[in-house]
Amino acid sequence: MNTLRLILRRLLAGIGVLWGAATLTFLALNLSAGDPALAILGGPEAMPSAELIAQVRAEYGLDQPLIVQYGHYLGRLAQGDLGESYRLRIPVGQIIAGQLGATVQLSLAAAVLAVLLAVLVAVLTANRAPWLRSLVSGTELVLSSAPSFVIGLGLLLVFAFGWHLLPPSGSSGWQALILPSVALALPVAAVLSQVLRQELEDILEQPFIAMARARGMSETGVRLKHALRHALVSLVTLSGFVFASLLGGAVVIELLFSRQGIGRLMLDAATSKDVPLLLGITLLAAAIYVVVNFLVDLINHWVDPRAKAV
Amino acid sequence: MAPINQSASVGLIAAEPLFVARRRKVRRWAIRPGLVLAGLFVLLLVIAAIQPHWLVAGDPLEASARQAFRAPDSLYWLGTDENGRDILTRLVYAVRPSLVLGLSATAIGLLLGTLFGLAAGLGPRWLDGAVMRGVDVLLAFPDLLLALVIITFFGQGQLNTIIAVGIASVPRYARLVRAQALVVRGAGYVEAATTLGLGRHAVILRHVLPNAIKPILILATIGIGGNIVSGAALSFLGFGAPPPEPEWGGMLAVGRNYLANAWWLVAWPALAITLTVVSISTIGRELLRRSEGKRP
Repeated sequence: MNTLRLILRRLLAGIGVLWGAATLTFLALNLSAGDPALAILGGPEAMPSAELIAQVRAEYGLDQPLIVQYGHYLGRLAQGDLGESYRLRIPVGQIIAGQLGATVQLSLAAAVLAVLLAVLVAVLTANRAPWLRSLVSGTELVLSSAPSFVIGLGLLLVFAFGWHLLPPSGSSGWQALILPSVALALPVAAVLSQVLRQELEDILEQPFIAMARARGMSETGVRLKHALRHALVSLVTLSGFVFASLLGGAVVIELLFSRQGIGRLMLDAATSKDVPLLLGITLLAAAIYVVVNFLVDLINHWVDPRAKAV
Repeated sequence: MAPINQSASVGLIAAEPLFVARRRKVRRWAIRPGLVLAGLFVLLLVIAAIQPHWLVAGDPLEASARQAFRAPDSLYWLGTDENGRDILTRLVYAVRPSLVLGLSATAIGLLLGTLFGLAAGLGPRWLDGAVMRGVDVLLAFPDLLLALVIITFFGQGQLNTIIAVGIASVPRYARLVRAQALVVRGAGYVEAATTLGLGRHAVILRHVLPNAIKPILILATIGIGGNIVSGAALSFLGFGAPPPEPEWGGMLAVGRNYLANAWWLVAWPALAITLTVVSISTIGRELLRRSEGKRP
């Protein structure tokens, strides 16, 4: 009963955020400099005739009052129709679908790598000698501050152009995936392992850990079986952050490593002022964010009994 | 015999606190090499931003094709780029746009965020709800995507980049300020001031704002570094100043094409960005640690 109410409330909040995002993009579309009809016909340089503009206006419903257009826009969005690209003349949804796979592949690889690295580093360095801790936290500070494209350029210099171990660019083959996903994962891993280590150190002070030790459990066993399980909850809460840095980072990393993907598409749309494509991708990002946060809330509720009491 | 003994013990007791106090003072000012280096680097950045010609003699735009792609040597300490321009000079002249962007974007985010946060935290409930839902919507867009959209609509240029990066950071500050305002609003001294008959605005300006703002200013210090990175990323993507102007992100974007044979085109700007952000975060974190009352 309580769980159901929570789910319903979060669902409504998520839909509200999506509605707000859609309204913002609609306003952006209509307030953007220039006439949408003109943009559809190829911009002012195309110099279309007045009849042609009127024809396009009627065809796209641009002659109707704004509020009616808004209703149509929301209706189309609800059916998954994101509009048509100004430049390529194909539905935005179709363009995105074609590029989604590459980005999902890259972000998933980066996310898995980041979590594994963070868990490994945190478990190995929590409550260890001070010199080791300062070394690791210094490295974490540098990695979490340096932008991912700087890390990517460093990796390229060393592994692709220095030692010729891995290909510098391209979208095919798993070798081409290694450098970009490492570059994308390192800053995220640095932040995650900072949080995770703090959490682990707090948990290792708890009575139930002392109890486990008193029962003769080994240090590794205590860390892996008891402490890590509790500390991982804090990682779930950070998924929203992880997602945002991966998607934002993908724009830069895909350009840097000459890969195909949503980030690259977004960049092209911004350079060529292809507003529907740009807003379609932005809206998709917002939708993914909302879904991720919804799932995070559910998982938190499920794994952490303390959250149920609140 | 007894009185002398007593006075001696009194003297001991009086001496001890003094000793402890002095030792604590020494600890507090104990030299932390990382922090000192960070401070010195930021000082260097400020000098480079205000008076770049104090540090380097040349002109950042002066090109000579015959000197192109010279590796670092005694004449060109950090080498030259594809047009034979001195990289060190360009790096130093690029400090000003970076710092200006970091500071003013943070100022915009902070100002708008504080306004929204205070309105939400202190205003009526419907206003709180409306502002926070708006913030939720803005938070749903990843920062860099939001900045790209804003630049697409308003055009390229330094001012628009600043606005784009600044607006992208508004939601975070709005949330922080709201949370702070809620904490301070419930504090005893605010209640006391209200009971004493101070007007609402006086209470907000004189009591709520000063007490809510300190932790936020500290986080904003760390945020300056993040905004410099966002600006560099936008410039790297080609949305910064037009080509001949020196900018770290732009220098990296050009250097990327010559990675195979001229590492120095990329290595130095990358190092400059990293050192800048690390120094700023180090100082910000130290401030944070002190304000939380933790011993360094």
